[in-house]
Amino acid sequence: MKLSDFVVRDAVLPELAATTKEEVIREMAEGLRATGHIANGELDAVIKAILRREDQGTTGIGRGVAVPHTKHGSVPRLVGSVAVSKKGIDFESLDGDPVHVFFLLVSPSDRPGDHLRALETISKQLRNDTFCRFLRQSTTREQIVEVLEEADQNKIGS
Amino acid sequence: MADDVVRRQLCVPNPQGIHARPAARLVELANGFQSRIEFVKGTERVDAKSIFQIMTLAAVQGTVLLLEARGPDAQAAADAIEKMIQELAETDAEASTSEP
Repeated sequence: MKLSDFVVRDAVLPELAATTKEEVIREMAEGLRATGHIANGELDAVIKAILRREDQGTTGIGRGVAVPHTKHGSVPRLVGSVAVSKKGIDFESLDGDPVHVFFLLVSPSDRPGDHLRALETISKQLRNDTFCRFLRQSTTREQIVEVLEEADQNKIGS
Repeated sequence: MADDVVRRQLCVPNPQGIHARPAARLVELANGFQSRIEFVKGTERVDAKSIFQIMTLAAVQGTVLLLEARGPDAQAAADAIEKMIQELAETDAEASTSEP
């Protein structure tokens, strides 16, 4: 699976306005709603489900990265968004560090394999410090999309 | 005490597979042991103490993993990790009751 298989380009956010965990999730989910990937009437339910998942254990997995996610019956296919915060956000991460790079995922309830393969794709790229640094240095949506495309084509050396 | 090497073949039992939450719990458990602990899936070998590495396994239900623990507490580590993986089926069921 490639990042471009699930990342919605037009929902990518190069500079989050959010300053808290809940605001990040809300802002990113809103991006998926605005691009038609989450139904208007389901937005609050999706946000609540992601927050509930965070309550069961943070998805701030360290190295300045978080992957907030949920399964939700209302989405027909796996969709995701990428966002960057220059100042960093307290996400109660496993290593305690603020989070700068976010991958938010919403997947259908009945496709656990897709969800795992998306996590695989994301974590494989995130092991590469250069990928993380390029994302954090991006200031526009186009730059982030370009970094994602280069990662998909294995053009980013580590 | 000489370092032991303990190997176990495990099969992922739960429909959701090793997703982020059990991955985080496995890493926490693994980090409580001195031994080097690795999972081998086919030709891939990952460090069980790194969540980034565990998540790259994409361990769906039915995936066969070789667990390899090497160190002074290898036996205890392998026992604990085997138990946690076997219990994923139950924790999955608990989690799903809280989802809409």
